[in-house]
Amino acid sequence: MSARTGAQTSARAEILGRIRTALLDVDRDAESATAPIVAPPGARPPGADHPDGLVAHFAERVADYRATVVRCPPDGLTAAIAAALPAGARVVVPPGLPDDHLAGIPTPVPDSGLAASELDALDAVVTRCRLGIAETGTIVLDHTPDQGRRAIALVPDHHVCIVHADQIVPDVPDAIARLDPHRPLTWISGPSATSDIELDRVEGVHGPRRLHVIVVDPDPA
Amino acid sequence: MSATFVGMPAFPSAARTALGNTQLRHNLAHATGVIRAKRAAVVGEVENWEELRLAGAAVKERALRSLDAHLVQLEESLTARGAVVHWARDAAEANRIVVDLARAREIDEVVKVKSMVTQEIGLNEALEASGIAAWETDLAELIVQLGGDLPSHILVPAIHRNRAEIREIFTRRMGEVGRPAPDDLTDEPAVLAGAAREHLREKFLRARMAVSGANFAVADSGTLVVVESEGNGRMCLTLPEVLVSIVGIEKVVPTWAELDPLLRLLPRSSTGERMNPYTSTWTGVVPDDGPQEVHVVLLDNGRTRALGDPTGRQALRCIRCSACLNVCPVYERTGGHAYGSVYPGPIGAILNPLLRGTGDPQTDSLPYASTLCGACFEACPVRIDIPEVLVHLRAEVVDAHRADRLPKPEALAFRGAAWAFGHAQRLDRTEWLSSLAGRLLRRRGRTSLGRLPGPGAAWTDARDLPAPPTETFRAWWRRTDGGERP
Repeated sequence: MSARTGAQTSARAEILGRIRTALLDVDRDAESATAPIVAPPGARPPGADHPDGLVAHFAERVADYRATVVRCPPDGLTAAIAAALPAGARVVVPPGLPDDHLAGIPTPVPDSGLAASELDALDAVVTRCRLGIAETGTIVLDHTPDQGRRAIALVPDHHVCIVHADQIVPDVPDAIARLDPHRPLTWISGPSATSDIELDRVEGVHGPRRLHVIVVDPDPA
Repeated sequence: MSATFVGMPAFPSAARTALGNTQLRHNLAHATGVIRAKRAAVVGEVENWEELRLAGAAVKERALRSLDAHLVQLEESLTARGAVVHWARDAAEANRIVVDLARAREIDEVVKVKSMVTQEIGLNEALEASGIAAWETDLAELIVQLGGDLPSHILVPAIHRNRAEIREIFTRRMGEVGRPAPDDLTDEPAVLAGAAREHLREKFLRARMAVSGANFAVADSGTLVVVESEGNGRMCLTLPEVLVSIVGIEKVVPTWAELDPLLRLLPRSSTGERMNPYTSTWTGVVPDDGPQEVHVVLLDNGRTRALGDPTGRQALRCIRCSACLNVCPVYERTGGHAYGSVYPGPIGAILNPLLRGTGDPQTDSLPYASTLCGACFEACPVRIDIPEVLVHLRAEVVDAHRADRLPKPEALAFRGAAWAFGHAQRLDRTEWLSSLAGRLLRRRGRTSLGRLPGPGAAWTDARDLPAPPTETFRAWWRRTDGGERP
């Protein structure tokens, strides 16, 4: 696949040549020396200097998207997960989900490379995340073993996601700085939604229609 | 079954048809009003919005001014991560690449993420012609596709349809192409969205190949970014074995860190949200997660032509948020179809002529589809000075027609004016004739000329042309010695 065909070589050479011709009026030496643009700082949510202010802001913003948000102390996590799942739900779990999380799930189905159709027959998924963004109410998954493959957090209709208070950052630039672009990333801001019909917002099209975020807070207010 | 923009009439005649459609005008006024208010609220929350706009514009400008170097770097980063990079000079070449990829794998259907660029190149039609079904999976695109219709807005392509029309389309068409709509389908948006979920799920679970565009392509990391709401994007980017992304060469962002201002600007400008429900990023192939074969097609299709125009180049900064459509008084009344392109509204009025060049009557009409009020520039998150480019393109259109055998009436009028103003005696004579005409008209009680005949009619349709004054400025000056004598 790496060998380029003749047409491809000429398409590449021709496009790059067209670009160089198009930019004849630009001082290319000066341009190639430009440094990356530094954007203005992100928002500092009210009370952001204190971890509790950040957590409160995050919870409020996630709830704005009509997701469910609960806060619990570390020793309440098992119970909080159990409470987030409907009775009898069959729940897919990523391979690296910690034991205290698993303890809250009555019938866990470990992901051993389940097919999409098998995932479609399951009711819910429980994952952790890489970080949370307070200003925008976003959770970001980087699909390491405590979160699992991208498909498992997508196909089941109910996503329970656990965020630790110290994973919450103030705004988008803080998140970009912490995330590894070589990981696949999924940024989630509330449940699946559409405004395609008369701009009337409806929660739930193809992604999970219910998003349940549990914030583990060692020092809940 | 799919419709096409090819052969659309020029803007003035298409706009007249659109203005006669009261349902369309009602839908548009409601939708643009709702979205303007949402955008204003979330933009107002950001204290340094103007600085953020400057940063977003600077990032895209930096990318464009060294575009060749950034594309070569993007190609290296992608290849290093297991993706296969293809280059396409035009639509036909890009379509052929996708068709060949499908055929080589004996694939006869693909699922699609909503993408402007695949509409621009007519990918669905090309696939269909090769016996490959292309399923649109965005709700609005599904409505457009099932309705045999054309998109009319960048963000909400079915903005011209109301819920009753959508219910009718689903009931009539879903069964012909897959799982039928339920018998008890109502016109509640939540129920209609539920029907789309059921209809498309079997396609997501079955499809072996997906086609997407990309909102951004990060050169230093090789990361592609898709921003969406419904989760259909995540389905297409995750479940199939083969993923083909068609990326316009202007989508490049030099570094991962420079993605930040753009991710802050886009959702607030586009859907009026702090963040869109889902953003997916991927860098080549991820072992045991998602498609194990990843292709990226880098597409020119007129972008280098736009890049070669130092005034017009800024249009390539566009991140397709559609904020300019929602604030445009012309778009709000005519809707998107009148622009005859997948890129409607103010950005379409400059992007289409820049990508295609002037000379075609339909394209040439677009730079005039504006009042130059400037609302689009104010709303643009990457500060594209659309009015400046519109004026620049109007000059290009005039220049393109200078050698026409039959000059336009406007050109004739200006030639006449040049003749008259070129010599004092000719101007005297012309003014004498015009004040004579003014006196005759006013004697008959007329203060305006009414509707002009022939080519002047288009101008006087919406404007009053006053009758000429009975005395010219120069005659008044001579008579009163410059106002010294009464």
